[in-house]
Amino acid sequence: MVMILPFLVVGIIIASTILVCSYRVIYGPGTFNRIVAANVIGTKAIVLLIVVGYIIERPHFIDIALMYAVIAFIGTIIIAKYAERGELCSR
Amino acid sequence: MEMTEMVEDHRTFSIALTFCIMFIFWLLLSAWTIYLPEPYDLSKVSRGILAALIVTFLTYEIFVPGRGEKVLLKTRRFIPYVGWELWQIYLATIDVAKRVFGILEVDPQIIEFDTTLRSDFALVAFADSITLTPGTITIDVEPERGRYIVHAIAKGPADSLTVDQTMQKKVGYVFMEE
Amino acid sequence: MLAIDVISTIFLAAGSLIMITGTVGLLKFPDFYTRLHATGKCDTLGQILIILGCMIYEGFTFITIKLLLVSAFYLLAGPASTHALMKAAYVTGLPVWKKGDKRM
Repeated sequence: MVMILPFLVVGIIIASTILVCSYRVIYGPGTFNRIVAANVIGTKAIVLLIVVGYIIERPHFIDIALMYAVIAFIGTIIIAKYAERGELCSR
Repeated sequence: MEMTEMVEDHRTFSIALTFCIMFIFWLLLSAWTIYLPEPYDLSKVSRGILAALIVTFLTYEIFVPGRGEKVLLKTRRFIPYVGWELWQIYLATIDVAKRVFGILEVDPQIIEFDTTLRSDFALVAFADSITLTPGTITIDVEPERGRYIVHAIAKGPADSLTVDQTMQKKVGYVFMEE
Repeated sequence: MLAIDVISTIFLAAGSLIMITGTVGLLKFPDFYTRLHATGKCDTLGQILIILGCMIYEGFTFITIKLLLVSAFYLLAGPASTHALMKAAYVTGLPVWKKGDKRM
């Protein structure tokens, strides 16, 4: 039941889409386009972690993917609130 | 007297429910891969119980909300709604793909409309449903009047919210707030 | 065995195609709000399909439940973060692109 090749192809595709998304992070006009691109890179990184876990045949990478999903979600919310209010804590 | 007994009863119930769910979650996440291949050991399991207890006493107040009415009926109506929502995600992705590759046009507009929904669960469920269905994203919600501000990518998806109102009726049916 | 491999490969290919569509939308659409339309929907379905392919390949083991947890968490968290970004941009007054304007 060795089927590495499809996972390898999917991993390469996702990695190259991450590379293309970094164009928006670097050149995107304004703050919000950069935040969206960073959010998308976070989502793709979750899937890439799972696929890499199957490529090197160590599926315990899923734990790391779960933690990364939680951290990326909290990071996006905090950055959005900071951009909305200009401060993090309203007394 | 009866009132305090009921509150106490509800508190015990929510602590027990939260503890059970947290311990099952701990078992799912760590015990099977790390602990079970080795021989049984009470100290390792007690670590999980301790972690579950700490999380329980921190979060039992917000984890189990107050007792609503007809929870079972609402849950039974909610499950087919989730299936319908997954189908809508598929349709939404096909719609966005057509607009990306230039088959359909892009003509964004911002619309506002009122609904009859008032409770928190119904408002959140309807906002998430708007975001996941074809061509619309929720911008803002005013909970007092049930007013939604929505960004639509073209005129067709905007009309499906303001004119057809299929989804309002579905969410209203699930949460009984028609 | 072969049938399971073929089915999971089909799911993986569909998921990566949808991910590519979302990335093209992120580059091609004219302003911030429409870019969020592309990324928010395509990434949700692409992630569901790729994880479904992994679940079919894995069979019914303990890891399948963890994969289901990752997918369900993103299904809850994705619309929330999209909505937070949208509201932040709308409150701070980012202009909305109308048909015929210049690209932003």
